[in-house]
Amino acid sequence: MRITQGAFSFLPDLTDKQIQAQVQYCLDKGWAVNFEYTDDPHPRNVYWEMWGMPMFDLKDAKGAMMELAECRKQHGDVYIRLSAFDSSHGWESVRLSFIVNRPAHEHGFKLARSEKSGRRIGYTTTSYATREPEGQRYK
Amino acid sequence: MNEHAKMDTAAKAVTGKDRYKSGVMEYRRMGYWVADYVPKDTDIIAMFRITPQDGVDPVEAAAAVAGESSTATWTVVWTDRLTASEKYRAKAYRVDPVPNAPGQYFAYIAYDLDLFEPGSISNLTASIIGNVFGFKPLKSLRLEDMRFPVAYVKTFQGPATGIVVERERLDKFGRPLLGATVKPKLGLSGRNYGRVVYEALKGGLDFTKDDENINSQPFMHWRERFLYCMEAVNRAQAATGEIKGTYLNITAATMEDMYERAEFAKELGSTIVMIDLVIGYTAIQSMAKWARRNDMILHLHRAGHGSYTRQKTHGISFRVIAKWMRLAGVDHIHAGTVVGKLEGDPNQTRGYYDICREDYNPLNLQHGIFFDQHWASLNKLMPVASGGIHAGQMHQLIHYLGEDCVLQFGGGTIGHPQGIQAGATANRVALEAMILARNEGRDYLAEGPKILADAAKTCLPLRQALDTWKDVTFDYASTDAPDFVPSVSVSN
Repeated sequence: MRITQGAFSFLPDLTDKQIQAQVQYCLDKGWAVNFEYTDDPHPRNVYWEMWGMPMFDLKDAKGAMMELAECRKQHGDVYIRLSAFDSSHGWESVRLSFIVNRPAHEHGFKLARSEKSGRRIGYTTTSYATREPEGQRYK
Repeated sequence: MNEHAKMDTAAKAVTGKDRYKSGVMEYRRMGYWVADYVPKDTDIIAMFRITPQDGVDPVEAAAAVAGESSTATWTVVWTDRLTASEKYRAKAYRVDPVPNAPGQYFAYIAYDLDLFEPGSISNLTASIIGNVFGFKPLKSLRLEDMRFPVAYVKTFQGPATGIVVERERLDKFGRPLLGATVKPKLGLSGRNYGRVVYEALKGGLDFTKDDENINSQPFMHWRERFLYCMEAVNRAQAATGEIKGTYLNITAATMEDMYERAEFAKELGSTIVMIDLVIGYTAIQSMAKWARRNDMILHLHRAGHGSYTRQKTHGISFRVIAKWMRLAGVDHIHAGTVVGKLEGDPNQTRGYYDICREDYNPLNLQHGIFFDQHWASLNKLMPVASGGIHAGQMHQLIHYLGEDCVLQFGGGTIGHPQGIQAGATANRVALEAMILARNEGRDYLAEGPKILADAAKTCLPLRQALDTWKDVTFDYASTDAPDFVPSVSVSN
């Protein structure tokens, strides 16, 4: 399966040149970008690990691409996403987010159902990858 | 031009003892026309389009609207003298002929803040549209726009969730959200209905939607729908690793029924519920408060609005409904598509979208915005574009509507020749390709068809969608375009 989180998951994986153009778009808007990585891609896992702090004073997307290259060296076997933060009043949150790196094999999710009264079902989604301890997934 | 009517803008109010002599007096002489009135920052202002009966002075007509929407009745009453009546009288203070529309006038009326209960759309509308629309001296009357002072805006909760928090909860940023209304809208069993939801969500949509008249009918009672839909949502979520939702319509006969359905939706883990505009302003505000208390996104389907928003001369402009709904506290509102099958002038629609999404709307006559409006950090309301749109229009949709909206392709998803999943995928690929191109700085409006064709090279469903609907456009003249003369300057 292919996880479809982020803005561009339905397109073929973006090339570095395409990623750089998106980063430059964010920087030109005055947003700070950073990279985040995880080996737990549960749809409600909000807090992926930060690869350093958001690059608040960066102007040239090349700098971010160097960070991405470094991040991939250490975490190229798991998910990496770019997030762009807009500090403008009235927004003060993420403006753009998309996946820039995926594991070679995406395991997908198990959907567990627990039957309750009145035909109700409680649903629990679990990533198959998280059967292994943190740090030992996608190896 | 209405030849019989003269505008007596110099009319002065009668004062002192003579003002309260028993009998009938013209409204403009009772104090409901004040030519030199300067609206206070705390006044609510309404701008009406009035079409007086032949021979009726437009100033008198405006004063009558002011009177009947505030303190007046048809005759002088002495009991006014027990009150601070001058404060409570609404004041018509400006009447302009509508450009290129003989016999019609824009009338500006100011209302003191004390006339209104804080935080109540029902109270506001009982005054502003309660009595005047059937008034005999007028052929017709339309409420065009309103200005709400910050002091009044702050008495409302506003959208229960708002655009930013909705995006955070859904983990979706940087692109419009995608939805589809389940079709056929009537007749599917719960089990079949959930099938459509599953296919559309797994194929790439973020949301599916109940239609306005899907409530609890013989072919599908509401609990069936909710249970099957949530199975579909959870299955699609697990299949894609992405958060999905379906607008469960909780519209019902009574508030008790609506609360019961809302609670059940919450218990099943739905992120969003929906209501119809026809439930009424009080019910909408009640559900908005419930939604805020229960971390639920609240979708509003503007069912019924066309019966009073569409004609230029009579009713209420949709921009006013949009303002009321932002105050009332819904999170989504259908606000037009420009390119789809339903009424929508591009400039007017732009005005509606700005009302939903901006913190400050400057006066913009071209977009039909007659006043500066501060929203005082009230949450933003997500506009929804729905009705006769398809993937081949993606560049136009993004150009006209921006990225903070929901694009709903019902027929354009479910009618795909290769099925619902393929239809959903076509829409999602078209959307992502267009946002990618826009962000790269390409002239995506001009290059739109090429961008879509290129994306279709690696996406067969998109190729099929483009081929199926390539010639579909809905190009009719709008019945509701703004009336303005660009050179006229209007301040409040």
